[in-house]
Amino acid sequence: MKRETLVWTVLFVAGGLFLVQRAAFTERGMGKVYVIDERVNPKVEEDKRVHFVESRPDPGNERVMVSYPRTVGLWLAAFFTLAIFSFLYRDNVFFKIAESVMVGVSAGWAMASPGFWDTLVPKLAAKLAPDTIREWALPRMEPAEPSLVYLVPLALGIMLLWRLAPRGGWIARWPLAFIVGTFAGIKLTNYLDADFVNQIRSTIIPLVVFAQSGQLDFWGSLRNVGLVFGVLACLTYFFFSLEHRGIAGRVARIGVWYLMITFGASFAFTVMGRVALLASRISFLFDDWLWLIDPSGKRS
Amino acid sequence: MLRVLQNLDRRWIFLAMLLAVTVPVVAQKAIPEKPTRLVQDAFNVIENLPDGSNVLISLDYEPSTEGELAPMTKALTRHCGLKHHKMFFMTLWPGGIPLIEKNIATILEGELADLKLAYGTDYLNLGFNAGREVAVIVMGTDFKKMFPADNDKVPLDDPTLPMAHDVENLQDMALIIDVSAGYPGMKEWIQYGASPHHIKMVVASTAVQAPQAFPYYPNQLTGILAAIKGAAEYEAALAVTYPRYRDPKYQEAIRRMAPQLWAHLLVIGLIVLGNGVYLAERRRGARP
Repeated sequence: MKRETLVWTVLFVAGGLFLVQRAAFTERGMGKVYVIDERVNPKVEEDKRVHFVESRPDPGNERVMVSYPRTVGLWLAAFFTLAIFSFLYRDNVFFKIAESVMVGVSAGWAMASPGFWDTLVPKLAAKLAPDTIREWALPRMEPAEPSLVYLVPLALGIMLLWRLAPRGGWIARWPLAFIVGTFAGIKLTNYLDADFVNQIRSTIIPLVVFAQSGQLDFWGSLRNVGLVFGVLACLTYFFFSLEHRGIAGRVARIGVWYLMITFGASFAFTVMGRVALLASRISFLFDDWLWLIDPSGKRS
Repeated sequence: MLRVLQNLDRRWIFLAMLLAVTVPVVAQKAIPEKPTRLVQDAFNVIENLPDGSNVLISLDYEPSTEGELAPMTKALTRHCGLKHHKMFFMTLWPGGIPLIEKNIATILEGELADLKLAYGTDYLNLGFNAGREVAVIVMGTDFKKMFPADNDKVPLDDPTLPMAHDVENLQDMALIIDVSAGYPGMKEWIQYGASPHHIKMVVASTAVQAPQAFPYYPNQLTGILAAIKGAAEYEAALAVTYPRYRDPKYQEAIRRMAPQLWAHLLVIGLIVLGNGVYLAERRRGARP
């Protein structure tokens, strides 16, 4: 056996023994999800339906019980988290399994839930054949007359899928042209208002700021001057009709510094985001799975 | 030493990062937070709205960013619940539906159960709607055309959902809160919802997206919760006004700031070290 394989085997066996020992032989245990039954509609006496919500462990309450489906889900979540982390060491079969499951589940779910049940059924089929859809899928849907105008999006949708056919792929260009045209129109007007006119308005600010007491607000003034000068400097850098020499060159140079500081801030924010996600997964492993910590009092 | 650093296996850096994050998570030491102006403005706008105002809360994210955005969602929902605002939850992301349900179950039906907030009267789950920015545009003119029913397909005109009866369009909302992880999200709500209809808006965004939000403040955005730091500051603001939230068990984002501190120190140290190694190599003539 290679040394590396031996090290990994020892680590896996030790980890497994630790989990078994914690789960089976300690008083607190680990990795279980408790639920309690609650009436769906407590106001209506005849409605006896119940649903299960997560609860803290409570040996004195008979209604609190271990939910095995949710417990399996918890362990799967822990396994997949560790499997994805294992890629940091190197590519391996556990990472491949986790990656494949993630891709497969996401694609299947996107097609079935948002694609079919949230879009095609209520937004197209329900408009064309409301009675049939109400009977088959949406019993609470209000009665309505069929709206034949929805034949147009149906036809456009079929045309869009035509590109998958061996011949006549050009037919898909018509609905694509419709999508591009409408989106360009929608985007243009609102973008001009929110991101152009309003952004220019935001830079029309007093360069000398006075506090309510009438005194000069030095830091407020400095902030406004920095903002206006920064906008002008960055615009100068992107103004290529003028050679970047002399005063224009120096201002453009300052514009580059502004841009660099902005990119640095973006990078720092990205680091913060990634660390937040890592901390969240670590917290999940130690809190929800291993029960080594309980910062939000879920079990106490 | 220089040779060791030059040939350092990157997995040691991964291990160092793992320790920098894990140790503070297990130690559970919190770092005090103070709200900055961006967050305080977001807090003030919710606090100063008359009790029972209509607030649209769009949770435009999926489980991939839940670790970063869930603390913000919880803090904002807590605040709206405490103020008895009427909360209209929705999402432009299909994966957002279970997150809305989880948020309602945890905060409104769990933590704030003593307030006896009722579904249909105090909060509503509108669920997901396909259409991205088009959905926002349509809601601007005809809310019920985009959302004729709630997530359980109960029509909004149903007697059990009185809070939705008088809502005709987005302008009936006193405030839009968007918890955003990307497209569609913050920008679309500003461009097609808040800005054209002059509605107050607060954004809670991922760290990656936060720099894109700053240019809109303060004219088009009333407040911004930028990344987990924004969530921690919001929890601090909440604790100042509402004593029950001084309990550390409600301060999830504040707890996450200790791992942030140590991870950032590590990153800064590695950047300095990397540049030091580079300069040392250059001095020895190994690099141009």
